[in-house]
Amino acid sequence: MTTDKGKPLLEVRGLTANVSGVQILKGIDLTIRAGETHAIMGPNGSGKSTFAKALAGHPAYQITGGTVLFEGKDLFSIEAEERARAGVFLGFQYPVEIPGVSNSAFLRLAYNTVHGARGKEELDPLEFDDFIREKLKLLDMDPAFLDRSVNEGFSGGEKKRNEILQLAVLEPKLAILDETDSGLDIDALRVVSGGVNSMRRADNAFVLVTHYQRLLNYIVPDYVHVMDSGRIVKTGGKELALELESRGYDWVVDEYKATHGVALAR
Amino acid sequence: MTTAVHPYIESLLSGTRELPRTPHAWLDERRGAALERANALSVPTTRDEEWRFTDLSQLTRLQLRAGGGPVNLAAAALAPCIVPEAGARLVFVDGVYAPALSTAGDEASGVRVAPLAEALQSEVRCVEANLARLARFEHNVFAALNTAHLRDGAVVVVPKGAACRKPVHVLNVATQGGIAAYPRCLVVAESGAECTVIEEYFALTEDAYFTNAVAEIALAPGARLRHIKLQRENGRGFHIATCAVSVAKDASYISQTVSLGARLSRYDLSVALNGEGASAEIDGLALISGRQLADTHTLIDHAQPNGRSTQLHKTIVDGAAHAVFSGKIFVRPGAQLTDSSQQSRNLLLSDKATVDTKPQLEIFADDVKCAHGATVGQLDAEQLFYLMSRGLPERAARNLLTYAFGAAVIERIPVRSVVMRLEQAVMAQTGAST
Repeated sequence: MTTDKGKPLLEVRGLTANVSGVQILKGIDLTIRAGETHAIMGPNGSGKSTFAKALAGHPAYQITGGTVLFEGKDLFSIEAEERARAGVFLGFQYPVEIPGVSNSAFLRLAYNTVHGARGKEELDPLEFDDFIREKLKLLDMDPAFLDRSVNEGFSGGEKKRNEILQLAVLEPKLAILDETDSGLDIDALRVVSGGVNSMRRADNAFVLVTHYQRLLNYIVPDYVHVMDSGRIVKTGGKELALELESRGYDWVVDEYKATHGVALAR
Repeated sequence: MTTAVHPYIESLLSGTRELPRTPHAWLDERRGAALERANALSVPTTRDEEWRFTDLSQLTRLQLRAGGGPVNLAAAALAPCIVPEAGARLVFVDGVYAPALSTAGDEASGVRVAPLAEALQSEVRCVEANLARLARFEHNVFAALNTAHLRDGAVVVVPKGAACRKPVHVLNVATQGGIAAYPRCLVVAESGAECTVIEEYFALTEDAYFTNAVAEIALAPGARLRHIKLQRENGRGFHIATCAVSVAKDASYISQTVSLGARLSRYDLSVALNGEGASAEIDGLALISGRQLADTHTLIDHAQPNGRSTQLHKTIVDGAAHAVFSGKIFVRPGAQLTDSSQQSRNLLLSDKATVDTKPQLEIFADDVKCAHGATVGQLDAEQLFYLMSRGLPERAARNLLTYAFGAAVIERIPVRSVVMRLEQAVMAQTGAST
C-alpha cells in the first residue's frame, strides 16, 4: 500500500446513476490519488462497468446524484471528449469496431486532439509514425495494425491491446480499464500488463475493473474494492483479491449487510 | 414535322430540327428516330412507377436553351478537376467540345481518344456499330432528347489486347446558367482490352442549368473496363444521365459512381451481361444535403450462364435531402450459376432526411445464388462515444464516421488524386452540415 499519499485525482461522493430509468449505482464513495492503482472487483451486474462508463461520460448513463471531482473540478460539468482531454481514459470492455477509419489516422487524430489541448505540438503523419512504432513495440504489436480499420476484424486480444496502445498514446492521468483482461490469453495478459506497468508513474493512477484475481498478479494494486448492487461494500489491500478468489463474494456481502443493516437487492 | 406532346420537350427540341445533316445517313437516321420518340414521349411524373419519388416539375419550369457557342474558358479554371494520372483528357464546356482544353494522349498509351466528329472519320465502323444503339431511347425521353441533339461527344476505343495504364478523363464543365447540355460518351473496349475511364461533371457557374448525359459502353470478350463517374454539378443544377453497358463473354465492367452535386440528379445505369462468364462490380455513393435529391436506378441483366455481379450502393443524406435507389437484378431463364449480390446502405444524418430504397430481384433461372439487402440507419452512438472518449469533439467524430461510411466506395477508386479530392469534398460537405 502506498504510504506517501499523492494528491487526489478523483473524488467520488455518493454517486448514483441510472441506465434506462433503472438505478444501477446506489451511492459510491471512492478517492483515488496520484500514484495509486485500484482494482474494482465484484460479481456480474454489480455496477462495475456502469461506474467506469459513467465516469467516462457515456450518454446512456444518467447521473442522478452525488459528485465527482477530477483534480478538484466537477467532472460531470464537462463532456466526454473534454474529460479525455483533461486526462480521463476508459479502456473499453468491448472496444468498438469502426470500419472505414484507419487505426493510424484515428490514433494520430486522438493524439493531436488530446495533446494539442495540453499545449503540445501536433505531430504530422511521419512524426507520428516514429512515435507510434515505439509504442507498438511496447505492446508487441505488429505495425500492420496501423493500416487496418479501428478494431475491425480484430480478435478479442487484439482489441484489448489496441486499447492499451491508445492508453500509451494519450498518456492520461487517470486510466480506467474495464475488464481489459477478459479475452486475453496468458501471453497477451503478460504483454498488456507489462505495458500498463511501464506507464505507472507518481503522477497518474489506474483503476482496474476485473472479475479475476489473475490480472492482479501482473498489475499489483494498492487497493482492492468489492462492488455489489451498485455500492462499494468492502475495501482492502491486494491480499483481499486472493481471499475473494478462494472464498467468493458472498461473505463480503453478508458482512456488509451485518454492519450496515441494509438489504442489497440484486 | 410534328410537334412534341409536351410543351417542355417542345422547347428543348427547338433548334434540333436545324441540326445539319451529316455525311452519315445512319447517324441522321438515328437522330431522326430519336427526335420522333422525343416528340412522342412525355416528361415523366411521379405517377410513373420509375419516377415515383423524383418530381421533375422544377426542371420543367426552367427556361433552357441549348449550348453551342464557341468555348471561352481559361485552362486554369479547370484546376479543381485536373487528374494528373490521366493520359488523355477530353473537355466539353456546356456540352461543346473544347479542343484547346483537351489532350488526346498518344497512340502509345494504348487507347484512341477522340471527339465524335473525328471519330466519325477514324473509327466510323466502331462508332456506327454502337452509337445510339446501346442506350435505348424508345421509352426514355431523356436519352431520346440527348440523341436528337447528338453532335458532339467523346469516343474512347481501346484496341484489341491493349492495356491502357493511364485513365482517360472525360470532363464536362457547366459554365453558364440556362443551358441544356447533352454530353455523350462512347467507350468501346475490344477483346482483351483494359482501360479506366473517368466521366466527370463539374460546374463553374452558380446558376441553374441542365445536364442530360448519355454514355454507352461496349465491352468485347475478355475486356475489362473501370468506369468512374463523378457527378459534381452545382447545387442548383439538374443532372439526368443514362448509361448503357454491354458486357460480352468473360468481360468485366467495374464502376464507381459518386454523386455529390445537383439540386436533382438521376442516374439510370443498365448493365447487360450478354456473354457467359461476364461480370459487373457496381458501386455507388450519393452524398447529399439541403434540399438535394439524388436518384439512382440500376438494372443488371444476367442474360447468360456463369455471370457474376456485386453491387454496393451507399447514400449519406443530410438536411431535408432525399435519396432514391432502385436496383433491379434480372436473371434470365438459362442464366444458370449466376452469382449476384446487391447491398443498399443508407445513412440518415438528420430528422428531415429521407431515403427510398428498393432492391428488386427477378429470377427466372433455378440454379443461381442471389443475395440482396438494404439498411437505413443513423450514426452509431457507440462508435460516436468511442471516438469522443478519445478526445475527438462531437462534430469531428460525426464527420469521421460519416466519411468512413462513404470511404468504402471512394477508396475502391484506384486513382489517387480522385480519392483525395473526393475525401476533401466529403469532409467539406459533412463539416458544413453539422
